[in-house]
Amino acid sequence: MIISVASGKGGTGKTTVAVNLALSLDEKVQFLDCDVEEPNAHIFLTPEIKKKHSVNILIPKIDESRCTYCGKCSEICAYHAIAVLPKSVMIFEQLCHGCGGCSLLCPEKAIEEVCKEIGIIQIGKSKKIEFINGKLNVGEAMSPPLIRAVKKNITDEKVVIIDAPPGTSCPVIESIKGSNYCILVTEPTPFGLNDLVLAVEVIRKLKIPFGVVINRSDIGDEEVEKYCHKENIPVLMEIPFDRKIAEAYSRGIPVIEAILEYKKKFQELYKNISGD
Amino acid sequence: MKQLVVISGKGGTGKTVITAAFASLAQNKVMADCDVDAADLHILLEPKILEKHQFTGGKTAVINNEKCNQCGNCIKVCRFDAISLNPQSTIHNPQSVSIDSISCEGCGVCFHICPKMAIKMEDNLSGEWFISETKYGPFVHAKLGIAEENSGKLVTAVRQNAKLIAEKENRDLIIIDGPPGIGCPVISSITGADYVLIVTEPTLSGIHDMVRVIELAQHFRVRICVVINKYDLNIEMTKKIENYCKISKISVMEKIIYDSVVTESVVNKKTIIEYSNGKVARQIKNVWEAIQNELN
Repeated sequence: MIISVASGKGGTGKTTVAVNLALSLDEKVQFLDCDVEEPNAHIFLTPEIKKKHSVNILIPKIDESRCTYCGKCSEICAYHAIAVLPKSVMIFEQLCHGCGGCSLLCPEKAIEEVCKEIGIIQIGKSKKIEFINGKLNVGEAMSPPLIRAVKKNITDEKVVIIDAPPGTSCPVIESIKGSNYCILVTEPTPFGLNDLVLAVEVIRKLKIPFGVVINRSDIGDEEVEKYCHKENIPVLMEIPFDRKIAEAYSRGIPVIEAILEYKKKFQELYKNISGD
Repeated sequence: MKQLVVISGKGGTGKTVITAAFASLAQNKVMADCDVDAADLHILLEPKILEKHQFTGGKTAVINNEKCNQCGNCIKVCRFDAISLNPQSTIHNPQSVSIDSISCEGCGVCFHICPKMAIKMEDNLSGEWFISETKYGPFVHAKLGIAEENSGKLVTAVRQNAKLIAEKENRDLIIIDGPPGIGCPVISSITGADYVLIVTEPTLSGIHDMVRVIELAQHFRVRICVVINKYDLNIEMTKKIENYCKISKISVMEKIIYDSVVTESVVNKKTIIEYSNGKVARQIKNVWEAIQNELN
């Protein structure tokens, strides 16, 4: 079973829910941190990293001895990553998606593809949990290829928990695609509600079953709850604001270690969504 | 005309609350919300929309199975695993080809190599952007279409239009609410900006993400400063942030206290400056004054 944890908005407690769910389960768990721009789950799971490898995309390299400056590569590049001048070709690496179209279609076979590192993948263990995360290199714009590389490690025989990035665009879609269930974490404020509504539209488009966890459930207003009720969205769990949780979080301590009864609550949450 | 961007690395640190407070305080400016994935600033500024524009940021491949002869070339060249043989065959299409519009990155390689010209590239309506009037002046914001890509390009559209308005109306500042993270939309938000305010919080994840976003801002050679929000939730971590900034020669402009009045103001859809006269409001005013000095 693949369970992804997403939120629309950042800072609602995605990582908290993903990490504590992983730590509460008796099953074999594989944990994937797909928030490759700002991976944080390792702070709480403190895995021992056993393997690291870099993730590359292929970018074009022009063989100027063959190039006739015909401009075909620039014409077909959908991302404006190639500019052809009368006597030279400029490549804007940050814009290249690595589709390979330019090298495939160059009439002079003057383009080869070379590897460019966009980030790294780290694989390790945190007690019983198999831990995998991706870390995007600073200055690199393209996170989906790195997320795809993280997800290549998924094994079927474990419960897979995916910590997704915030937002509703490509990196989130890449992370939650193929999940059997998605947990949306929100907070009961107008910001939380606004972003929850957007996230729900995304999940519905992807046709993934989902439910909501309301974090800091006692700080704002009732609108999130009303919305879930109206839309028939199950509220899986509520976590009230507790200074003890906030302080544990700030030190990188999981909630289930700070307040023991949460372990049971997360186990019930899992039962609830897995149908066991 | 100057451009100030508020970013954070990690989400939920208080970027939008601080940006909205600046809207209450700054004179003669244009506001812009570049967190197009999860735009929230409009909730506090209550804009009246004057102009609405469609944004077509990319293309998607669409296949015509009547023309397709299932040669499979498109499947071979697609690097985004967006094209596959459809298992549901019919009498007319024993093995039709299907393109997953969500996985398609719009590169067009399949379109170029198809020998039967069975694939066309269609424009993607990937969002909308708006020019609005608020009691604090003009405001440019956007809404990314559901499950759409190209948020970086939409950010660029928002910034360009904010700049056009500022030039036309002789406004001397653009205040930008940025997205979280360090990827494509953040890069689009800070390139060419004059000054970046980084809002962080005293948690291990807050520090971790702040360090990454500082590296990013330095990579693009933008001037930066830091504000620590909710600093009293963990004094020890606050000290760590201050030490890091001191060593890196980055100024920490203010340490803002945690106060539930901030959530109250958001629930009441008011900026903290409108809602309260308390310490948080006064501290944000201090930040604003310090930034004005930096910008001049």
